[in-house]
Amino acid sequence: MRVARVVGNIWATRKHEGLKNSKLLLVQPIERDSGKVMGEISLAIDKNFGAGPGDTVLLVDEGNSARQILNEKKAPVRLVICGIVDSLTVERKTVKYH
Amino acid sequence: MQAAKVIGRVVASRKYETLEGVKLLLIQPLTWEKAPQGDPIVAADTVGSGANELVFWVAAREAAVALGGISLKDTPPIDAAIVGIVDGINLQDWTRELSK
Repeated sequence: MRVARVVGNIWATRKHEGLKNSKLLLVQPIERDSGKVMGEISLAIDKNFGAGPGDTVLLVDEGNSARQILNEKKAPVRLVICGIVDSLTVERKTVKYH
Repeated sequence: MQAAKVIGRVVASRKYETLEGVKLLLIQPLTWEKAPQGDPIVAADTVGSGANELVFWVAAREAAVALGGISLKDTPPIDAAIVGIVDGINLQDWTRELSK
Protein backbone atom coordinates (compact mmCIF):
# COMPACT_ATOMS: atom_id res chain seq x y z
CA MET A 1 0.00 0.00 0.00
CA ARG A 2 1.11 3.56 -0.63
CA VAL A 3 0.46 7.02 0.74
CA ALA A 4 -0.21 9.74 -1.81
CA ARG A 5 -1.87 13.12 -2.21
CA VAL A 6 -4.83 13.74 -4.46
CA VAL A 7 -3.58 16.50 -6.79
CA GLY A 8 -6.48 16.65 -9.21
CA ASN A 9 -9.02 14.68 -11.13
CA ILE A 10 -10.04 13.86 -14.67
CA TRP A 11 -13.40 13.36 -16.27
CA ALA A 12 -14.28 10.89 -18.99
CA THR A 13 -17.68 10.23 -20.51
CA ARG A 14 -16.58 7.19 -22.44
CA LYS A 15 -14.96 4.66 -20.19
CA HIS A 16 -14.94 0.93 -19.53
CA GLU A 17 -18.19 -0.15 -17.90
CA GLY A 18 -16.32 -1.50 -14.90
CA LEU A 19 -15.33 2.09 -14.08
CA LYS A 20 -18.85 3.51 -14.01
CA ASN A 21 -19.90 5.34 -10.83
CA SER A 22 -16.27 5.76 -9.77
CA LYS A 23 -14.29 8.95 -9.39
CA LEU A 24 -11.05 9.24 -11.35
CA LEU A 25 -8.47 11.01 -9.21
CA LEU A 26 -4.90 12.00 -10.00
CA VAL A 27 -2.59 11.03 -7.17
CA GLN A 28 1.07 11.71 -6.49
CA PRO A 29 3.28 10.08 -3.85
CA ILE A 30 4.39 12.28 -0.93
CA GLU A 31 7.84 12.77 0.53
CA ARG A 32 8.34 11.10 3.89
CA ASP A 33 9.47 14.13 5.88
CA SER A 34 8.11 17.25 4.22
CA GLY A 35 4.74 15.95 3.12
CA LYS A 36 5.32 17.53 -0.27
CA VAL A 37 4.47 15.61 -3.38
CA MET A 38 7.16 13.98 -5.50
CA GLY A 39 7.40 11.55 -8.38
CA GLU A 40 5.00 10.44 -11.00
CA ILE A 41 1.30 11.28 -11.06
CA SER A 42 -1.01 8.31 -11.59
CA LEU A 43 -4.72 7.83 -11.98
CA ALA A 44 -6.52 6.12 -9.10
CA ILE A 45 -10.12 5.08 -8.60
CA ASP A 46 -12.31 6.19 -5.71
CA LYS A 47 -15.71 4.66 -5.16
CA ASN A 48 -16.30 4.66 -1.42
CA PHE A 49 -14.36 7.43 0.26
CA GLY A 50 -15.29 10.73 -1.38
CA ALA A 51 -11.67 11.85 -1.53
CA GLY A 52 -10.87 15.10 -3.31
CA PRO A 53 -7.95 17.39 -4.18
CA GLY A 54 -5.75 18.11 -1.14
CA ASP A 55 -6.59 14.87 0.66
CA THR A 56 -3.79 12.51 1.62
CA VAL A 57 -4.91 8.99 0.84
CA LEU A 58 -4.00 5.36 1.28
CA LEU A 59 -3.78 3.42 -1.97
CA VAL A 60 -3.78 -0.25 -2.75
CA ASP A 61 -1.78 -1.10 -5.87
CA GLU A 62 -2.87 -4.64 -6.69
CA GLY A 63 -5.56 -5.83 -9.06
CA ASN A 64 -7.50 -8.43 -7.08
CA SER A 65 -7.71 -6.29 -3.94
CA ALA A 66 -8.74 -3.33 -6.07
CA ARG A 67 -11.60 -5.24 -7.66
CA GLN A 68 -12.69 -6.48 -4.26
CA ILE A 69 -12.84 -2.92 -2.88
CA LEU A 70 -14.91 -1.76 -5.85
CA ASN A 71 -17.03 -4.93 -5.62
CA GLU A 72 -16.78 -5.16 -9.39
CA LYS A 73 -15.39 -8.39 -10.79
CA LYS A 74 -14.72 -7.00 -14.24
CA ALA A 75 -13.19 -3.63 -13.36
CA PRO A 76 -9.82 -3.18 -15.10
CA VAL A 77 -8.18 -1.40 -12.17
CA ARG A 78 -5.12 -1.73 -10.01
CA LEU A 79 -4.72 1.55 -8.14
CA VAL A 80 -7.64 2.17 -5.78
CA ILE A 81 -8.14 4.47 -2.81
CA CYS A 82 -8.76 2.43 0.33
CA GLY A 83 -8.54 5.11 3.02
CA ILE A 84 -7.98 8.75 3.89
CA VAL A 85 -4.87 9.44 5.99
CA ASP A 86 -5.35 11.53 9.14
CA SER A 87 -1.72 11.61 10.25
CA LEU A 88 1.67 10.05 9.70
CA THR A 89 4.21 9.45 12.42
CA VAL A 90 7.82 8.98 11.33
CA GLU A 91 10.63 8.87 13.89
CA ARG A 92 8.39 10.33 16.61
CA LYS A 93 7.35 13.26 14.44
CA THR A 94 3.66 13.37 13.65
CA VAL A 95 2.27 15.20 10.65
CA LYS A 96 -1.46 15.75 10.59
CA TYR A 97 -3.20 15.83 7.27
CA HIS A 98 -6.84 15.92 8.09
CA MET B 1 -3.53 4.02 -14.89
CA GLN B 2 -1.59 6.31 -17.20
CA ALA B 3 -2.41 8.77 -19.95
CA ALA B 4 -1.54 8.27 -23.61
CA LYS B 5 -2.19 9.70 -27.03
CA VAL B 6 -3.44 7.48 -29.83
CA ILE B 7 -0.94 7.80 -32.67
CA GLY B 8 -1.81 4.95 -35.00
CA ARG B 9 -3.50 1.69 -35.75
CA VAL B 10 -2.11 -1.84 -35.95
CA VAL B 11 -3.52 -4.45 -38.33
CA ALA B 12 -2.60 -8.11 -38.05
CA SER B 13 -4.41 -10.77 -40.11
CA ARG B 14 -2.86 -13.73 -38.39
CA LYS B 15 -3.19 -13.53 -34.67
CA TYR B 16 -3.97 -15.64 -31.66
CA GLU B 17 -7.64 -16.70 -31.62
CA THR B 18 -8.71 -14.74 -28.54
CA LEU B 19 -7.35 -11.60 -30.23
CA GLU B 20 -9.91 -11.87 -33.05
CA GLY B 21 -12.08 -8.76 -33.22
CA VAL B 22 -9.87 -6.78 -30.87
CA LYS B 23 -8.94 -3.31 -32.12
CA LEU B 24 -5.24 -2.67 -31.69
CA LEU B 25 -3.95 0.88 -31.50
CA LEU B 26 -0.49 2.35 -31.26
CA ILE B 27 -0.29 4.72 -28.32
CA GLN B 28 2.37 7.09 -27.02
CA PRO B 29 2.33 6.98 -23.20
CA LEU B 30 2.26 10.43 -21.56
CA THR B 31 2.61 11.77 -18.07
CA TRP B 32 -0.51 13.48 -16.72
CA GLU B 33 1.23 16.76 -17.52
CA LYS B 34 1.13 15.52 -21.14
CA ALA B 35 4.86 15.02 -21.62
CA PRO B 36 5.78 11.92 -23.68
CA GLN B 37 7.07 9.07 -21.56
CA GLY B 38 8.93 6.13 -23.08
CA ASP B 39 8.35 4.43 -26.39
CA PRO B 40 5.02 3.90 -28.18
CA ILE B 41 3.25 0.63 -27.37
CA VAL B 42 0.38 -1.38 -28.80
CA ALA B 43 -2.80 -1.35 -26.74
CA ALA B 44 -6.19 -3.01 -27.17
CA ASP B 45 -9.09 -0.57 -27.37
CA THR B 46 -12.26 -1.11 -25.32
CA VAL B 47 -13.96 2.29 -25.73
CA GLY B 48 -13.82 3.14 -29.44
CA SER B 49 -11.06 5.72 -29.32
CA GLY B 50 -9.56 7.26 -32.43
CA ALA B 51 -6.48 9.01 -33.77
CA ASN B 52 -4.99 11.84 -31.69
CA GLU B 53 -7.34 11.29 -28.76
CA LEU B 54 -6.11 11.55 -25.20
CA VAL B 55 -6.92 8.28 -23.43
CA PHE B 56 -6.10 6.43 -20.26
CA TRP B 57 -4.94 2.85 -20.18
CA VAL B 58 -4.11 -0.04 -17.87
CA ALA B 59 -1.15 -2.38 -18.10
CA ALA B 60 -0.42 -5.98 -17.15
CA ARG B 61 -3.13 -8.41 -15.96
CA GLU B 62 -5.71 -5.65 -15.67
CA ALA B 63 -5.50 -5.14 -19.44
CA ALA B 64 -6.78 -8.67 -19.99
CA VAL B 65 -9.54 -8.05 -17.43
CA ALA B 66 -10.64 -5.04 -19.50
CA LEU B 67 -11.26 -7.40 -22.42
CA GLY B 68 -13.31 -9.79 -20.33
CA GLY B 69 -10.55 -12.17 -19.41
CA ILE B 70 -11.62 -13.41 -16.00
CA SER B 71 -10.76 -17.08 -16.40
CA LEU B 72 -7.55 -18.27 -18.02
CA LYS B 73 -9.42 -19.73 -21.00
CA ASP B 74 -10.92 -16.46 -22.26
CA THR B 75 -7.97 -14.27 -21.32
CA PRO B 76 -6.48 -12.66 -24.42
CA PRO B 77 -2.71 -12.14 -24.61
CA ILE B 78 -2.89 -8.39 -23.99
CA ASP B 79 -0.59 -6.34 -21.77
CA ALA B 80 -2.07 -2.87 -22.34
CA ALA B 81 -5.69 -1.78 -22.80
CA ILE B 82 -7.31 1.60 -23.35
CA VAL B 83 -10.15 1.90 -20.81
CA GLY B 84 -11.34 5.49 -21.23
CA ILE B 85 -11.22 8.69 -23.26
CA VAL B 86 -10.11 11.74 -21.30
CA ASP B 87 -12.51 14.67 -21.63
CA GLY B 88 -10.66 16.97 -19.25
CA ILE B 89 -7.82 17.09 -16.73
CA ASN B 90 -7.94 19.21 -13.60
CA LEU B 91 -4.58 19.46 -11.82
CA GLN B 92 -4.57 21.63 -8.69
CA ASP B 93 -1.14 23.09 -7.99
CA TRP B 94 -1.99 24.19 -4.44
CA THR B 95 -2.19 20.55 -3.30
CA ARG B 96 1.53 20.01 -3.91
CA GLU B 97 2.93 22.02 -1.03
CA LEU B 98 0.29 21.10 1.50
CA SER B 99 1.48 19.94 4.88
CA LYS B 100 -0.02 21.18 8.08
